[in-house]
Amino acid sequence: MTRVLELDAVSGGYGDTEILHGINLHVDAGEVVVVIGPNGAGKSTAMKAVFGLLNLTAGEVRLDGQNITNTPPSDVVKQGVCYVPQTNNIFANLTVEENLEMGAFVRNDDYRPQLEKIYQMFPPLREKRNQAAGDLSGGQRQMVAMGKALMLEPKILLLDEPTAGLSPKYRGEIFATVRQINAAGVPILMVEQNAKQALGIADRGYVLVDGSNSVQGTGQELLSDPKVGELFLGGGRA
Amino acid sequence: MYALYDFINFHFIPGLVLGSIYALGAIGVTLTFGILRFANFAHGESMTLGAYFAWSIITLTGWHPMAALPIAMVLTAIVSIGIDRGFYKPFRAAPTIMLVIASFGMMLMVRSAIQFSWGVQLKSLQSGIQQPLILFDAIRISPKHLIIFGAAVLLMVIVHLILSRTKMGKAMRAMSDSPELAKLTGIDTEQVIRNTWIIGGALAGAAGILLAYDTHVETMMGFQVLLPTFAAAILGGIGKPYGAMIGGLIIGLAEELATYPWIGDTPLVSPGYKAGVAFVIMIGILLWRPSGIMRGRTF
Amino acid sequence: MDALYGYSLYFISLLTMGGIYAVLCLGLNVQWGFAGLFNAGIGGFFAIGAYVTALLTTAPSARHIGGFEINTLVAYGLSMLAAGLVAWGVGKVCLRLRSDYLAIATIGAAEVVRLIFKNETDYTNGPRGVSAIPKPFETLPEPWNHIAFLVIVLIAVAIAFWALQIAQRAPWGRVMTAIRENEPAVRAAGKDVEQFRMEGFVLGAMLMGLAGAFMAQYLKFVDPNLSDPLTATFLVWVMLVVGGSANNKGAVIGAVLIWTLWSASEIVTGRLPDEWAVRTAYARIFLIGLMLQVFLQKYPLGIFPEQRPRPPRSSRESA
Repeated sequence: MTRVLELDAVSGGYGDTEILHGINLHVDAGEVVVVIGPNGAGKSTAMKAVFGLLNLTAGEVRLDGQNITNTPPSDVVKQGVCYVPQTNNIFANLTVEENLEMGAFVRNDDYRPQLEKIYQMFPPLREKRNQAAGDLSGGQRQMVAMGKALMLEPKILLLDEPTAGLSPKYRGEIFATVRQINAAGVPILMVEQNAKQALGIADRGYVLVDGSNSVQGTGQELLSDPKVGELFLGGGRA
Repeated sequence: MYALYDFINFHFIPGLVLGSIYALGAIGVTLTFGILRFANFAHGESMTLGAYFAWSIITLTGWHPMAALPIAMVLTAIVSIGIDRGFYKPFRAAPTIMLVIASFGMMLMVRSAIQFSWGVQLKSLQSGIQQPLILFDAIRISPKHLIIFGAAVLLMVIVHLILSRTKMGKAMRAMSDSPELAKLTGIDTEQVIRNTWIIGGALAGAAGILLAYDTHVETMMGFQVLLPTFAAAILGGIGKPYGAMIGGLIIGLAEELATYPWIGDTPLVSPGYKAGVAFVIMIGILLWRPSGIMRGRTF
Repeated sequence: MDALYGYSLYFISLLTMGGIYAVLCLGLNVQWGFAGLFNAGIGGFFAIGAYVTALLTTAPSARHIGGFEINTLVAYGLSMLAAGLVAWGVGKVCLRLRSDYLAIATIGAAEVVRLIFKNETDYTNGPRGVSAIPKPFETLPEPWNHIAFLVIVLIAVAIAFWALQIAQRAPWGRVMTAIRENEPAVRAAGKDVEQFRMEGFVLGAMLMGLAGAFMAQYLKFVDPNLSDPLTATFLVWVMLVVGGSANNKGAVIGAVLIWTLWSASEIVTGRLPDEWAVRTAYARIFLIGLMLQVFLQKYPLGIFPEQRPRPPRSSRESA
């Protein structure tokens, strides 16, 4: 298995406040990896650590074996990591197609074939290509956000709670979309609140508690782990 | 019937002309406000600078003001980038209010530099009186006004094409939408900022030249139109170039129409308060719809 | 001896103007230093204060309303009140929006104030201004009349300074600091942030109005140009930034220091041949602008940085 992304004993936070205390996790080629945990456990922060949005004080982030610790976001993008934030992840005033074009900003080659692929993957986007992205439904906006990230044909896609604030119907659609993207060969690291559904589609999962690793295993292992069930899958639903 | 022609000749046409000048200025204000997140108080002085550059070019070469316009626009854009490098760039990571203070200082610096270099006497871009064109025996349009309006509309069409058709123009709109997401997307934000200053500076220069062509070249001219320009940008919606165009036309028309004798024989607003019209409209929009016509950003 | 006497008079006038600017600068310090509000129309509040005192204290005149000849101290109070009321109105519109809007609105308000003083000729004598404004103790023999007025200004500076020192350390001042540091936390603690901002904005404007009242008396003359963005607004900003925002001592010393520089450089440029005198006067503005930029970039805290008891560690953690 090729290791695409690896966080090796990463510590860091904002300013003086340390939020991550030596996190380890990795994503191998072709995997969907889900990070779950209670609120404030540092899930989203771990993702931002990959993307150079955090000041890391210890440990290493490696992409394809290369050290990318504390690389600024603009360079991380160029190296093939795409990040979809939880909120504010589309340019609302730009049309759908313009959003996708912006996703390809750092490309200097012809991105048309990739645009075509994305329209094939998300047919509703082709239909609404000339509408302002801000006018779309919640689920379709997530499609725009993911499509925009895929324009770079990234080595890995980072998704920060893609189903937050969506109705259960749309949630299912998003998880299906995640699988679909993964099936096209893109490894995915995803932070999720809806742990049960997320683990259902995950190859592996990590549980973070208080900025440290707690439990890890395959999606099925975590789903059947009584400790995890008690913590997140039962009463812990937001 | 005379009243109607007077209305058109002395209020409506001058209002459109002034409005088109405000519109050009307001596009730059709204782009810098949207992309760099601050109200640029030195924007009016960029207009003044453009007018003086044009005056120098005309004096040296004897060209028509419209021939000097593109060169003066380029020069103003270059100065705008230089000011950004020296005085705004150090504050990229600082609270944006620092930029407002810096631009406030820049306003006085640029103006005093102009006063130092060119003196404070009134100057004209073109001497002599032109015969107005007469339509339907009663509507009089001075050729100058036609040229100004035409040039302003042409420039706005060019801005529209840049913003909607080019990669950089789209990136500018994207960054105006969300600077954070623009960074995460890998958009070269410094390049976008540079282009914002180029477009904003060039348009400000153009606005100054057109204003000077309509009236005269004067060191306070930019400061005098700063408030209407801001009002136009806010009215149109911050970060919305198309809103700024509409806002500029509305403010220009409002200023000229406010002095029309709507009730009785005396002007509705005494000409001495013309400059206050933009302020009143701005306060109104801040009270009732701070996001402006085009639903721009409010902070 | 004559030369020495001349220098002494110059020194007195320097201190008087420095004192008036110190009141302005303390006013701006409340607005910007304490409350973090950008006022780009200081000159407007200053001119309001000046005109209120001018019109209320002068003898009857055919050129403007007047003849009230009210007591100087009452006039000071009314000048402050008028400036404060206008500030309240502007604040009502803008304080809920981002600071840039306040900056734009204040520069506009100052312009409208100037238009009113210029156009309402029947009341204000328009551009020709109001003259023969009584000045306290002006009947005393020279130089005592100048000294007496200086003392009045210095007393006002002292009172304003002392009151602001207390206010800054009081719970009110600490909430102000907290708002600038971490507004959401203050909101979460149930404080009415807009109310605090409004108080800071109005209080600062009142001080600016008082400075205007002094100016009217000192010059014995007011005209619409008192609201000039350069001398009435820009210089005050330079003073506060150079002196040190959020530090009352910085505001006062910055005011005196910059005024001295400004006034002394005027003497130098005034002695140059005419052709150069006009031009160098603009070079002077350019240089003082450059000084502002240098301080903003290299010494943003000013000569006297803000003094503040270090907040306890735990309260920083939550930030």
